[in-house]
Amino acid sequence: METIGIWIAALLTLGIFSFLYKDNPFYKFCESLFVGISAGYWFVTTFWQVFMPKLADNLIAGRFYYMIGAIFGVLMLLRLFPKIGWLSRWSLALVVGTTAGLYFTRYLVSNGMVQVQNTIIPLYVKGNLSQTIGNLVIVIGTFSGLIYFFFSKEHKGAFGGLAKLGIWFLMLSFGASFGYTVMSRMSLLIGRMDYLLGTWLGLIR
Amino acid sequence: MRRQLPILIVFVSGVFMVIQYFIPHESFEFIYEYAMDWIIIIGIFAMLLGLWSLTRASVSKVQAKAPGWGFSVMTLVGLATMLFLGFYKGNKSIAEGTFFMDLFWYIYTPIQATMFSLLAFYIASAAYRAFRVRTVLATILLVTALIIMLRLIPLGPISGVNQWLASWILTVPNMAAKRAIWIGVGLGATATALKIIFGIERAYMGKD
Repeated sequence: METIGIWIAALLTLGIFSFLYKDNPFYKFCESLFVGISAGYWFVTTFWQVFMPKLADNLIAGRFYYMIGAIFGVLMLLRLFPKIGWLSRWSLALVVGTTAGLYFTRYLVSNGMVQVQNTIIPLYVKGNLSQTIGNLVIVIGTFSGLIYFFFSKEHKGAFGGLAKLGIWFLMLSFGASFGYTVMSRMSLLIGRMDYLLGTWLGLIR
Repeated sequence: MRRQLPILIVFVSGVFMVIQYFIPHESFEFIYEYAMDWIIIIGIFAMLLGLWSLTRASVSKVQAKAPGWGFSVMTLVGLATMLFLGFYKGNKSIAEGTFFMDLFWYIYTPIQATMFSLLAFYIASAAYRAFRVRTVLATILLVTALIIMLRLIPLGPISGVNQWLASWILTVPNMAAKRAIWIGVGLGATATALKIIFGIERAYMGKD
């Protein structure tokens, strides 16, 4: 099985790489197969690893509150029947409301309060020049970045200058993320090349 | 009933989730735990809708003999195979060493990894196009990316300087820009959550 598996994996890898030349039936075959396999895989694993322990096991253990989740889940499926499809909004409303309430505090605290708190730092650290420069850059960078995202006032004059500085900081950050993305994709590419030339063809060890 | 009740459910569940954060009483924690599990259970039912939608779209394409219908057959074959292999032996079907997991390791994993690795080529071409633009902003982006990428590569005498510079960029100016983005996202998410809870934002209900 392992040998057949390696051959299948190698041919599928070549199929996906063939897209570099142009869109072709070999690539489309791999893509379509991937869609079916991944949908099936995620449904089955979620069913056995999440649905059964969360719902079936709890109901068997007598925790009937879980029936409420199941009822709302079934309501969600009513979307398939146009006449009573509107009932699925109830389950959607529960998901949306709960998530909105949860994210309200979560984002306000972690993205708002904590970040603001961490930016309110001393602009002069006695006897530590690098820390002083670092703190200044952080405060100016965060402030100018926020100015850039403020669209209620026209970006002109001193305000526009700060917004321009903000976009420089943002570009620097995007550059760092870009560098990381390139490195991670290159590492995946090296992994696939290693698979083709090493595991499959045995040319490198 | 069709529109009012969902708005009420959103309001009650949303307000409850906000209140429970400020009152860490065990009865609130009890309901919170249940609510979280209900959401997960509803999500799994929603996955069934996704499977149904994928199957219906593929079957209609095959029935209509639309261009590329053969690829839809492959999607259906892949889906049916995984569902059959994943259920026919109960929960033992997904144990390591089963045919289900073999398909995962020899089909799913290589295709996914290769698709992501394809981006290495496209990202290189994007970098080249950004380089050709020759603006200050594109230069800042590319120079930073270069410093970050060269961080792990031995560069002789300038290796130490480059590593220090990369580390400084990540922890100081990059952190400043990220904070501006995080604060913006935080305020946006908070405002959107409030709009949803108070029924101002109702796009989730669709039309009719």
